[in-house]
Amino acid sequence: MNNFAYARASDVADAVRRIAADPSAKFIAGGTNLIDLMKENVARPSRLIDITHLPLDKVEETPDGGLRIGALVPNSDLAYHPRIEARYPLLGSAILAGASPQLRNMASTGGNLLQRTRCVYFYDTITPCNKREPGSGCSAIDGINRMHAILGTSDHCIATHPSDMCVALAALEARVLATGTGGERSIAFADFHRLPGDTPDIDSNLRADEIVTAIELPPKGFAANHTYLKIRDRLSYAFALVSIAVGLDIAGGTIREARLALGGVAHKPWRDREAEAQLAGAPATEESFRRAAETVLRDARGFGHNDFKIALARRGILRALAQASRGTPQSQADKRIA
Amino acid sequence: MARPSSAARKRQEKFSLPAKRTVTLHVNGVAREVTIAPWTTLLDALRLHLDLTGTKKGCDHGQCGACTVLVDGRRINSCLALAIMKDGAQVTTIEGLARGSTLHPLQQAFIEHDAFQCGYCTPGQICSAAGLIAEGRARTADEIRELMSGNICRCGAYPNIVAAIEEAMEGKAAAKSGEAAR
Repeated sequence: MNNFAYARASDVADAVRRIAADPSAKFIAGGTNLIDLMKENVARPSRLIDITHLPLDKVEETPDGGLRIGALVPNSDLAYHPRIEARYPLLGSAILAGASPQLRNMASTGGNLLQRTRCVYFYDTITPCNKREPGSGCSAIDGINRMHAILGTSDHCIATHPSDMCVALAALEARVLATGTGGERSIAFADFHRLPGDTPDIDSNLRADEIVTAIELPPKGFAANHTYLKIRDRLSYAFALVSIAVGLDIAGGTIREARLALGGVAHKPWRDREAEAQLAGAPATEESFRRAAETVLRDARGFGHNDFKIALARRGILRALAQASRGTPQSQADKRIA
Repeated sequence: MARPSSAARKRQEKFSLPAKRTVTLHVNGVAREVTIAPWTTLLDALRLHLDLTGTKKGCDHGQCGACTVLVDGRRINSCLALAIMKDGAQVTTIEGLARGSTLHPLQQAFIEHDAFQCGYCTPGQICSAAGLIAEGRARTADEIRELMSGNICRCGAYPNIVAAIEEAMEGKAAAKSGEAAR
């Protein structure tokens, strides 16, 4: 690790003041991704601002019947929170599909959003990478790209966002609350992360002087008909090749509303509103699911090693929609695919 | 002694390291002060500053679990935690599990089930299992396997590790029902 200074933020205003004063400083909470990146010399902050003592560790009801999750709530506490288990099991399931128990105990809600890609070239400081070193080139496009994106890629970057939790948050239409020198604002989840375009070094639309303070969930949790299906190279503790979060509102065999988001396939959690609109009003049948999968993957493009992800995603979407419509969500302990 | 020239002072400022700080870690019930740089991990503070070498450095990247300790009762990867951020925390390492010469039930069960070969991952496995039992989320062997997935054993002692944890869990359950009966 590079030598860095350390400071502890006393409140949110103090944290904002400190980050605004030093553009090369970084916030630290759980540290599970940042410390790793620092050990690899990918991140070299001048200063770490410890935010773990800020009062952002509550899960609270919102007036509209949703939940407000403090940015410092650990991933494990959130996954097992009684209100999450009862009303937003899709979110709990996605969290438990990711990382390990130790990492989930450390990692924070806000930090999960801001974790960086695990693209091997991003981590390997001797190879070109536009995300790590803008303008240096992308080593993955013609390199080993088995883990890489098939949707929303650019000529500059084909990295994926690694989070499972965020795929569920995208499907649930969460909002991200952030505070900066300009005050507080609320960001729709779909607008939080970015596609790579020609600036893949910028992962999210969070401003440099802003801190994530909370995630807000709307009242609708799709608890009766949901699933998080994660397909990976090992049965546990591995990043997704493809993952699918589904929430359905079904009455009498007809889908009233559908949410469908994919992980492991793009630079951000991938949600396709056209596919969701096709499902709304359709019967919960394999034919409807197939049409939705075709829509999601209409512009999918592989780069060689990851070509298989297109077929895998198609089958995964079919299976996940079937699981959700039957009300038999994928277990994250029993690994047989339901 | 002559004062350093202004150029020398400038050079010193340029290369000065961020100050070390003294923090208190309550390790296995004993308050220990360590004076550390901001980048000292909890793992290095335990091993290099406090000479508690039971906690192992495996991958040093949070992938293998050999460095697992309990901080304020929760299992974490000590290689990804900065000691400076844990000022005042309660830390339990493998050295803190036995009561005098009586092994912790998990330690005893690991011996009885031959749950290790080289032993390098074992302190992390046992601390992780202690965390798992405290969390109370695992009931079946499948759930133990899933919730121990953060601890890698390259000797492949997994079946015996799961058996040892199952036994320690049953022992705890039996002790609980015994208490309830009393």
